[in-house]
Amino acid sequence: MRPTAPVAALASRRRPHRSAYPSRLSPILACVLAAWALTGCAGGSGHDADTVRIAYNRSTDNAIRFKDAFLEDVKKQFERAHPGKKAELVPIQAADNDYAAKVQQMMRSPRTAPDLVYEDTFRINSDIGAGYLRPLDDYLSRWDQWGRFAATAKAAAKAEDGRTYGVPDGTDTRGLWFNKQIFAKAGLPANWRPGNWAEVLDAARTVKEKVPGVIPLNVYTGKAAGEAAAMQGFEMLLYGTGRDPLYDPAAKKWVAGSKGFRDALGFVRTVFAEKLGPDPSDALDPNVGTHLATDWMPNGKLAIALDGSWLGQNWIAKGPKEWPAWSTTLGQAAMPTQYGQAPGTVSMSGGWTWAIPAKAANPDLAFDFVKTLQTKDNAARWDVADAQIAVRSDVAADPAYLRSMPGITFFTGLVPSTHYRPAVPAYPQVSTAIGEAMESVTTGGSAASAAKAYDDQLTSIARSAR
Amino acid sequence: MSASAAARGGRGARAARWLPIAPATLLLLLFLAGPIGYCVSIAFTDMQLTGSSAVDFVGFANFRRAFADPAFRNAVWLTLVFTVLSSLVGQNTLGLALAALMRRASRPVRTVTGALVITAWVLPEIVAAFLLYAFFRREGTLDAILDRLHLPAQNWLFTLPILAVSFANVWRGTAFSMLIYSAALAEIPKDVEEAAEVDGAGGARRFWYITLPMIRRSIGTNLMLNTLQTLSVFGLVWAMTRGGPGDRSQTLPVFMYDQAFLKSLIGYGTAVALLLLLVGSLFSVVYLRLLKVEA
Repeated sequence: MRPTAPVAALASRRRPHRSAYPSRLSPILACVLAAWALTGCAGGSGHDADTVRIAYNRSTDNAIRFKDAFLEDVKKQFERAHPGKKAELVPIQAADNDYAAKVQQMMRSPRTAPDLVYEDTFRINSDIGAGYLRPLDDYLSRWDQWGRFAATAKAAAKAEDGRTYGVPDGTDTRGLWFNKQIFAKAGLPANWRPGNWAEVLDAARTVKEKVPGVIPLNVYTGKAAGEAAAMQGFEMLLYGTGRDPLYDPAAKKWVAGSKGFRDALGFVRTVFAEKLGPDPSDALDPNVGTHLATDWMPNGKLAIALDGSWLGQNWIAKGPKEWPAWSTTLGQAAMPTQYGQAPGTVSMSGGWTWAIPAKAANPDLAFDFVKTLQTKDNAARWDVADAQIAVRSDVAADPAYLRSMPGITFFTGLVPSTHYRPAVPAYPQVSTAIGEAMESVTTGGSAASAAKAYDDQLTSIARSAR
Repeated sequence: MSASAAARGGRGARAARWLPIAPATLLLLLFLAGPIGYCVSIAFTDMQLTGSSAVDFVGFANFRRAFADPAFRNAVWLTLVFTVLSSLVGQNTLGLALAALMRRASRPVRTVTGALVITAWVLPEIVAAFLLYAFFRREGTLDAILDRLHLPAQNWLFTLPILAVSFANVWRGTAFSMLIYSAALAEIPKDVEEAAEVDGAGGARRFWYITLPMIRRSIGTNLMLNTLQTLSVFGLVWAMTRGGPGDRSQTLPVFMYDQAFLKSLIGYGTAVALLLLLVGSLFSVVYLRLLKVEA
């Protein structure tokens, strides 16, 4: 899940009214009536057996267009290799949650369903449950490259029915990024390795005391940040409190009333109550991810960020915010478990997949496009461009990939102790409930009452997911 | 058909009168009644946007859930606050005041004021929302002004979100009321006002006893249109605060979107939409009663 700045580009529609108007206002009124903007959503284009339509999320930050450039290039390769066939890219520029809602609506009808869709692994099980996606096992069994994909990555797009619904194009891990220059001023070590939660908070307190004016620690929180808060923020804490703290796969039930959950909320509460984090209004701003990547980190306003392996892509040449010194200024440390209990560190992993909607008109052509996307060279180029952790063995060993991004070795090293989110259809609803619980403690509510509200939500989610 | 045929008024003639509007009626039924009927039916199911493909009839469960849901009650309350503040009090009063003042103003003042107010109204909702987001946000325009005046600055979208979006809606929608009232005031015969003036009624009394009763119908129309429009404001609130922080500016349309598209509960979201319709019709009935406007 990549945090994006939300721009809810919603069509607004107002109805003009007829009313008598005095003549002196008539020129103005005439202009007004001429200016009614009636916008609607474009309908699905007609079906064309030779055109494959590919829906993907375009960044809301207009400076970020590397995905579009990559896909344009793959489209050219595909059209060269398949004479007479066309690929039509359907970019959807919206915040993550809105992108998902839009694609889900497109997939409901054969008239609007794209042939290929970019799906976050965190939603894929939910969309499989809704019957939106097509199992790919027949295609995969005849595809010689599938064996090169890591087993964990394959599992991310595997549903409860044992079938695979998506081809992953990379994964990610999460950890702590810290600014060595600020640490030096605070008297903290440049090779910082916190062993438990208390040491993370102590480092933040030291920064607050010794380097005033700097935000000590950022943990994504609240509803606006969406999955970034639930995963980069909360689950990075929760999964350090014990085994299967969110969902119990044996009992097939969401875990309610757990001490780990309250402790993780308590950590978030401490960060904001002791003013160790950003101002709550900034933390809950929908654009917090953009602020962090293009302002707080490069301008030395933030000491520690609990964030994703891809953060560096913001600062590379031609990136949204060029910052050549980032690789020497920033250090990385693994997120410790609550008390340092085994395995000592924790990371969460997600990633995105290419999936084919059940109502797609040209599934075969769509899979041909996936093959073009996933040639070894294209896969390596994409993992480099998107700062992803490779999921193909041949890409992971590619020297160009290994040299592509400082810190990639560190983040690849977190893979053994990483966790994947529960592959259960109701997960997105649970994620939303987590965001609400976090928002409540961020604005000063108690961890106990937020945890209770979460437990109540779980009951209603379980009811509707029967 | 000719007027004389209609005047003779046989049954056939009456049916023939329907002929010209038959195509329109048919289209309305097809494109409006169809979807509305579909929406009403969804409200009684547990349809989800994602997670499950099963759609079962659940009777009134969604409505029962809404009335038991503190988040829904909060949304209703905020919708009332938003509507009363920004539509009833803000747009309506300010629009009337502007219209009344502009009658007395010189031509250039009138033109400039009219142009400014109407510009705010013509801007697309999303553009207006971003302008006001920039105005209210921490270190935004408003805080810069307060800073100059040595008053404490704060993040208005965080401390008073519902007031901020209400103000935004007033800023944006006042032009509509102003136009309606300008038209209504222009209809008042001059001699009535002059007669009142000769009888020695002061400005305030003239306004209260002459002007207001004479534009009663316009007030009713304006209040109704304004309220219905304000009840359904979504983009403005969504772009400024997304209903946050927490749910402190989550009006019903935002709550609906949140339930239907973010929590994927389409059935529940649709039920809430029907309840919003109910709120709108309640307002309309109250206006009709209060102002005895012939609808």
